[in-house]
Amino acid sequence: MENTENKIKITLDGKTIYARKGSTIVEAARENGIYIPTLCHFEGADPKACCRICTVKINNRFMTSCTTPVSEGMEIENNTEEINDLRKSIVELLFVSGNHFCPTCEKSGNCELQALAYRFKMLVPRFPFSFPRKEVDASNPKIVKEQNRCILCKRCIKTIRDEEGRHYFAYKNRGQHLEVVLDPVLGADMPDELAKKAMENCPTGSILYKGKGFEQPIGTRKYDNQPIGSEIENQS
Amino acid sequence: MATDEKIYQILSKFDQDKTRLMDILLSIHEDQGFVSADDMRKLSESLGISYAQVQETATFYHFFSNTPKGKYNIYLNNSITSVLKGRAAVKEAFEYYCGTAFGSVSEDGLFGLFDTSCIGMNDQEPAAIINDKIFTNLTPFRVKQLVDDMRKGLSAEELMYEDFGSGNNADPDIRAMVTNNIRKKSIILKKDYEPFSFLTSKLKTMSPEEVIAEIEASNLRGRGGAGFPTGLKWRFGRRTAGKHRVIICNADEGEPGTFKDRVLLTEYPELIFEGMVVAAYATGADIGLLYLRYEYKYLYHFLNRKLTEMRKKNFLGESIAGMDGFDFDIRIQLGAGAYVCGEESALIESLEGKRGEPRDKPPFPVEKGYLGYPTIVNNVETLATAVKILHHGAAWYSSFGTKDSLGTKLLSISGDCRFPGIYEVEWGTTLREIVAMSGAEDVQAIQVGGPSGMIIGMKDVNNMDNSELMKWYKPSGMMIAEKFFDRKLSYSDLPTGGSIMIFDNSRDLLSEVVMNFMNFFIEESCASCSTCRNIPLLMKNKLQKIIDGHGIRQDIYDLLNWGKILKASRCGLGQTAGNPILSSIFHFRHLYEQRIQSLTQFDSGFSLEKATEASRKYLNKKPVFHHF
Repeated sequence: MENTENKIKITLDGKTIYARKGSTIVEAARENGIYIPTLCHFEGADPKACCRICTVKINNRFMTSCTTPVSEGMEIENNTEEINDLRKSIVELLFVSGNHFCPTCEKSGNCELQALAYRFKMLVPRFPFSFPRKEVDASNPKIVKEQNRCILCKRCIKTIRDEEGRHYFAYKNRGQHLEVVLDPVLGADMPDELAKKAMENCPTGSILYKGKGFEQPIGTRKYDNQPIGSEIENQS
Repeated sequence: MATDEKIYQILSKFDQDKTRLMDILLSIHEDQGFVSADDMRKLSESLGISYAQVQETATFYHFFSNTPKGKYNIYLNNSITSVLKGRAAVKEAFEYYCGTAFGSVSEDGLFGLFDTSCIGMNDQEPAAIINDKIFTNLTPFRVKQLVDDMRKGLSAEELMYEDFGSGNNADPDIRAMVTNNIRKKSIILKKDYEPFSFLTSKLKTMSPEEVIAEIEASNLRGRGGAGFPTGLKWRFGRRTAGKHRVIICNADEGEPGTFKDRVLLTEYPELIFEGMVVAAYATGADIGLLYLRYEYKYLYHFLNRKLTEMRKKNFLGESIAGMDGFDFDIRIQLGAGAYVCGEESALIESLEGKRGEPRDKPPFPVEKGYLGYPTIVNNVETLATAVKILHHGAAWYSSFGTKDSLGTKLLSISGDCRFPGIYEVEWGTTLREIVAMSGAEDVQAIQVGGPSGMIIGMKDVNNMDNSELMKWYKPSGMMIAEKFFDRKLSYSDLPTGGSIMIFDNSRDLLSEVVMNFMNFFIEESCASCSTCRNIPLLMKNKLQKIIDGHGIRQDIYDLLNWGKILKASRCGLGQTAGNPILSSIFHFRHLYEQRIQSLTQFDSGFSLEKATEASRKYLNKKPVFHHF
C-alpha cells in the first residue's frame, strides 16, 4: 500500500490520487505517473504560466496546473476532449505565430515544441501562418538569439541569472512587439557554462550556443526515440 | 541623455530602490522627455539589476520613450467615441498644421503626434493630452489655434482658455478645461456628508471587526467590475499575517468608455481617501497607495495637496484622529500608460517597478501582494461607497437597488446620446431607461463594459444557430441589441464596471466599433500569455476578411471557436479580449451573415494578385489574371 500519510487526496479525471501537501497539480500528477504537458514550466524555477498549455479545468474554471497548488478534495479535469483540443490549439498558435522550420533547425529532436506537436498529432494548424519578420541577433560572442523560434516562454529569463540575481534575458515591449532580448552589458562576458545552460533550458531552438552546440546527431535525440511525456507515463 | 549628476540626484531621491523604478523613470521623463540607452545603463548599475531589466519596464509603458520626443507631445485619444465625434478631421488637422504624421516627431523637433488608448474623457471627445494637460472637444479650427500658439512658444498651460471646466477643475492645482457632466446624483454623489465626520466620530466606537461586519452586511461588491465582495476581501486581508499590510486604491480606470473615477477623484477626493483610512483601520494596514493612471496626471498635485491637508489634521500619519496605534499614510503612484495595470496583480507589479504583467493566482493579493505583504486593492468607487455605508449604516444602504445587487452604481455614459456624463443609478436600472435618461435616439446597440463570463462551454459550435448557441454562451455584457434593452444592470443579469457606450443606427458596428475594440485589446495586451498575444489578432484579421467580403460561413464558426481559447488566459483582459466579436456575433448575427459569401463553401480569402504583387513589381510585369 502507498504511504498516504501527510498526503492529500485529489481526483484527476475521476481517478483518486494522493499528492504531497504544497505540491502543484503538475508535480502531483507526475509523481503519480500522469503526464500533464508543460512548456514554459521549468523544474526548479518559479512557475509563471505563460504558455497556458498545462491548463486544466477545476470547478468549471480553467487553471494552470504548474502554478496551482493541490488542495484536499480537488477535482481536476485533465485528459478530456475539451482540454486536449485547447492544448493542441496552443501548440498550433505557437507554430503559426513564429517561423518554425523543423527540418533545418539545430534543435530538432530535442525541441519540446516539436515534440508536443507530435504528441498532439498536429498536422495543418487551424490558424493561418503569420510568417512574421524577425531579426536574428548574433551580436553576442557566445549566443545566437534566433527570434524566429522564440515562443516567449520566459524560461531563459527565469533561469539564467548571475550571482547577484541580475537577469541576462528580459522581455522588451508589449503586445505584438514583445520579444526576449539578451542583455548587451551582462551578455558581453557571459560564462561558457551559463551560455550552454541557456541553450539547454530553451524549449525550442531560439537560443543557440556558438560553435559546437550539440553532441548527438538529429535522428537519435531525446524525442526522436520516444514521445514527450512517455518517461513519466511509463514509470511504474 | 541626462547628466550623471541629474541621474544620481533622482536615484538618491528614491533611495536607489529598484522597486521605485516607475518613479525614477517618470522623473527622468519629466526632466528630459525620454530615457536614453545610456541613462538605462546608469540606472542598472545603481539599482543592482541588469540593463535588460530596466529596459523591460521602460519599454512596457505607452508614455515612456527611449528616443527624444517633441517639445509638444500630442496624444490624441483613439477610443471609439472619439472616432464617432470627429476624430478623423482632428487628426488630419494636427498632421496638416504640425507637418508630421501620427506616430512620429516633426523634423524641427517641435511636435510629436501619437495615438493613445481611451484617456477617460469620453463625455467630451475628441480629446487629447498635450504635455500632460487635457484638451477636450477638439475641432479642426481649435487645432489650428493650438498649433499656432505652440509655434509662438506658449506653454501647455497657456494654451488653455481662461475659463476652466466645472467644479474643482478650476482649482489652482488642477486648472483643467475638463467638465464633470454629473447628470444624476444619488446616495454617493449627493454632497450631504461632511468629509471625515465618520472617521472622527463613529469609527472610534467601532472595532475593526465591526467595520468589516457592517460592510459585509451591506453586501458591497467591488465596483471596478469584477464584483468581489468587499467585506470578504477586507476580512481575508485582515486574517493574513504580515509585517505590513497594504491598502491600494485602484485609480487606473482604463476600460474604454469609463470616466467615473475621474469625476470622483476631482470632486470627492476626501471621500476616497477617508475610505482608504477606514479600510486601513478595518484590515490593520499601515501602507496606503493610490495608483493614478498617467492620463490623470493633471490631478496629481491637487490630490497630493488633499493628502497634505489630511496629515495636518492628523487624518493620516501616526495615531490617526487620536486613535493610539493607528498609523497609516498614503502615497500616490503614477502609472505610465498601460490598460492591463487596472488588473489588481498587474497594478501591484507596476507598483514594484516592473512591467505590468498580471500574476498567477493563487496566491491572491490578499495573501501575498505588494512586496509580499497582504494587500487589499479596492476601486475608487468602492472606497467612496464604503464610507457612505458606514456613515448611514448597512440597513439604509440595503434599501437601494435590487435584492441581489444592493445600492447604486456610477455609470459613465457616452456615445450617440444628447447627455453624455456620469449617472448614479440604482442597480436594476434597465438599458431602456438608460437610453431615455441619456437622450439617445434610434439606438442600434449598447456596449456595456465589464466582466463577461460569456462562455461556459468549449463545445464545438460548428453549424449551431443562435438558439443553440444560447445554451453554451451565457449572454452578458458587451454589445447589446435593442431587443435585449429590458435587461437590467445587476450582478445576476448585466454586471458592469459602469462603462456604457451607445451607438445609433448610422454606425457600422463591425468595421467601426468592433474593429476599434479589437485594436484596443491587441495594443494593450501584455502579451505574456500565448493565447491573449495571438488570438485577438487572428480574430481581427478574420473579421477584416469578412468585412472585405471574402468571408464564408466557416469563418463565423472559426471566430466563435477561437474566441473560446481566450478563456485559458491568465487575466480578465485576456479572457474577454474576444468579446467584442463574440458578443456582436451573438447579438448582431445578421451583420455577419450579410457580408459572407453564403453560397461558397471554400475559403476565398486568397488573392492571387496580392500574393504575386512583390514578384510582379520586381520583374516589372503587368498582371495577367484569368478570372473564372
